[in-house]
Amino acid sequence: MTSYTDKAGRPIVVVTGMGMMTSLGQGKQDNWAKLTAGQSGIHRITRFPVDTLKTTIAGTVDYLPGGRRSAPDLSEELAALAAEEAISEAGIGTGGRFPGPLFCAVPPIELEWPQRRILAREAAPNGPVSYDDLLRAAEVNDHSDWHERFVYGSIADHLADRFGTQGQPISLSTACASGNTSIQLAVEAIRRGECDAALSIATDGSVTAEALIRFSLLSALSAHNENPAGASRPFAKNRDGFIIAEGAGALVLESLEHAVARGARVLGVVEGVGEMADSFHRTRSSPDAKPVIGCMRNALADAGVSPDEVDYINAHGTSTPENDRMEFTGMSAVFGERLGSIPVSSNKSMIGHTLTAAGAIEAVVSLLTIQNGRIPPTINYEIPDPAIPLDVVPNVARDAQVTRVMSNSFGFGGQNVCLILTAAPV
Amino acid sequence: MSDRRPPSRREVWITGVGLVSSFGEGLDAHWAALAQDPAPVREEAAFAPYVVHPLARIEFDRQIPKKGDQRQMEPWQRIGTYAAGLALDSAGIKGDKDILGRTDMVVAAGGGERDQSVDGSILSEIENQPNPDVYLSERLQADLRPTLFLAQLSNLLAGNISIVHGVTGSSRTFMGEESSGVDAVRIGWSRIAAGTSEIALVGGAYNAERRDMLLLFALRHLAMHAPWSPVLAEANGVPSGSAGAFLVLESAEHARARGATPIAKLSGVWSDRARRSADGEIEAVLEGLIAKAGPLGEGTAVLSGACGAPIPTRAEVAVLAKTGLPVRSVTDRVGHSLEAQFPVALALAALTVSHGRLFGPLAGESVEKPFDGPLSRAIVTGVGHWRGEGLALVERAD
Repeated sequence: MTSYTDKAGRPIVVVTGMGMMTSLGQGKQDNWAKLTAGQSGIHRITRFPVDTLKTTIAGTVDYLPGGRRSAPDLSEELAALAAEEAISEAGIGTGGRFPGPLFCAVPPIELEWPQRRILAREAAPNGPVSYDDLLRAAEVNDHSDWHERFVYGSIADHLADRFGTQGQPISLSTACASGNTSIQLAVEAIRRGECDAALSIATDGSVTAEALIRFSLLSALSAHNENPAGASRPFAKNRDGFIIAEGAGALVLESLEHAVARGARVLGVVEGVGEMADSFHRTRSSPDAKPVIGCMRNALADAGVSPDEVDYINAHGTSTPENDRMEFTGMSAVFGERLGSIPVSSNKSMIGHTLTAAGAIEAVVSLLTIQNGRIPPTINYEIPDPAIPLDVVPNVARDAQVTRVMSNSFGFGGQNVCLILTAAPV
Repeated sequence: MSDRRPPSRREVWITGVGLVSSFGEGLDAHWAALAQDPAPVREEAAFAPYVVHPLARIEFDRQIPKKGDQRQMEPWQRIGTYAAGLALDSAGIKGDKDILGRTDMVVAAGGGERDQSVDGSILSEIENQPNPDVYLSERLQADLRPTLFLAQLSNLLAGNISIVHGVTGSSRTFMGEESSGVDAVRIGWSRIAAGTSEIALVGGAYNAERRDMLLLFALRHLAMHAPWSPVLAEANGVPSGSAGAFLVLESAEHARARGATPIAKLSGVWSDRARRSADGEIEAVLEGLIAKAGPLGEGTAVLSGACGAPIPTRAEVAVLAKTGLPVRSVTDRVGHSLEAQFPVALALAALTVSHGRLFGPLAGESVEKPFDGPLSRAIVTGVGHWRGEGLALVERAD
């Protein structure tokens, strides 16, 4: 008889539905075909003028009908499309009622320039515009729908209505590790026995001029503008920053027992999750990589497996000089000499860095890698960095039997979360 | 057949509280202020026409010794990092690398503060430009401080607490206004109760003295205009208050092993969500939450986090009046601190329960009744200004 509990006696948590949106396209099928073909979704920005900007390329999602929208509007739409795909694959719930809570990673949200400009015009002050003028315009006119749109909770709230999830949804951020945290919270809730199923979503549709400039001012972005598809170069010697991008990932998580009882098809297992915060610096990881090493080891320990049992690493691999070096240092410590023979690839070489959404998208890709026995490549790997010798699955996808993946996510603010994902139990 | 083990539940203690508000800093200062003169400290001129409860004067150096760290933060982060330091001091774990390296952190946070002079300057010129979008990009590149972004990211309050105080067990940030404060405490509590965490730092911080956040409330006509009025009696707007509150939650075993004593027990935290599309939904959800806290007999008080927004606060008042329990409004004392409101209310609940008696009622607050009996328990309510309901049960540790 199949056991419904893991080595530690906790309920086994499985994935029964997945959805994703990236600049490459809508849905798993389209994305998987393009990711394994080594295609890039990075392009020149058309959403706003780039004349004076240092970085003029991104992985924005521009193919949805309906024209220009606010960051929370786009983020919500991406999330909804990914979640619809995941829920429909899982075949879970009836009548718009999802039988569990929602954990939703969302990007930074605030009133945007179009709204500020409308308020300033309405106030029509005789002198310089101040926030007092904006306040006066807000009081005199009715913009109450902007309040709801620009509070942090409304993306998750609207998704909770749409999919009928239970209870108060949790909106969260651990910066670029957010996607993994959204999965971690669901895994923990199921293990605690609080619920049998949960919906994890991570979304980011926040590429505005100001967002791009903010990252640019921190010198985090690539300026390889001339060839957008070739700009994101994780682990390559000529990498110079990440490519800001948009997307969403969604996963339906359930206890194995619940999935089996309702006859659901199990796509994979979230075997372990580890985290460890870094107190070194606001944007930089500790150079000795200790927190990242601790995070990876915590994930392996949570899964109850040894480093030797990992077949493939879906890297954080942002293409910034510092992250990729630090991630290598961390992996070297954890995997030792064996690291050279473990394939390690970065989806960000093709879809850019989807920030808040990255962890969830990469978890979906990791499970697709296991399902299909094919590892998506790290593209744009033309000049290896001798300081970080890795098998990055350079430029071309590779067929390989993969049963266990480590998926890494690290973020500003010292955030580190790693997942261990495995094939469905037989 | 199921092989799931029944969930076990461990006792969770509050072993540290860090609190800053318009009343000052620390539990003693708050107890003194509540006992003496419960009238709130308020500012009605600086942000006219709005009422704001300003942060008391704080020497940030005392918890954030490096000026360089302080410069990297905007006020909301300084308030939170300071309150977190107070909580760690209160729990006796400040600087204890072993424990801090295992401490799980859950922070409730909103967004960062904008550079309002840059925004104003851009808005003053942008409509006269031939290409407003190009102008906007030029100005933002020239005028934004590179590190401002780090003072705006929600998760960078937690990041600053890791850097300044060395809390690194784990770090999670929840957003979503008032409900983020409820769920930050709930997740920290749940993990300890379930035995997957031994010690946690949970809480949040809010700077009310900023027009960009007043603007968010004003868009829905919810910011309280002067003159100030008590929210349970009138509920005619949200009186924003600057505050930060962090609590150290700990398993009883872990606390006993290191010789720590509880300020109070945290016996349960629950959250829920009324859709608020029809009358009576908030009342039903809140009544459901109160029922989860179990029978609440003699010696129980309510610390209400009611925000002053008319619809949710009137609903909350109706439910609380029905309980017959003595009620105290947290917002009437220190204002409404959005993401931090539930942690602030919880801190005051732990404080009053630890004293074994309830502080006095506020004149003009019709729902607040005198209560002189011994106090053994408090429920804390958090009903969001537009969404999210929450409740906690705090009990006296004897």
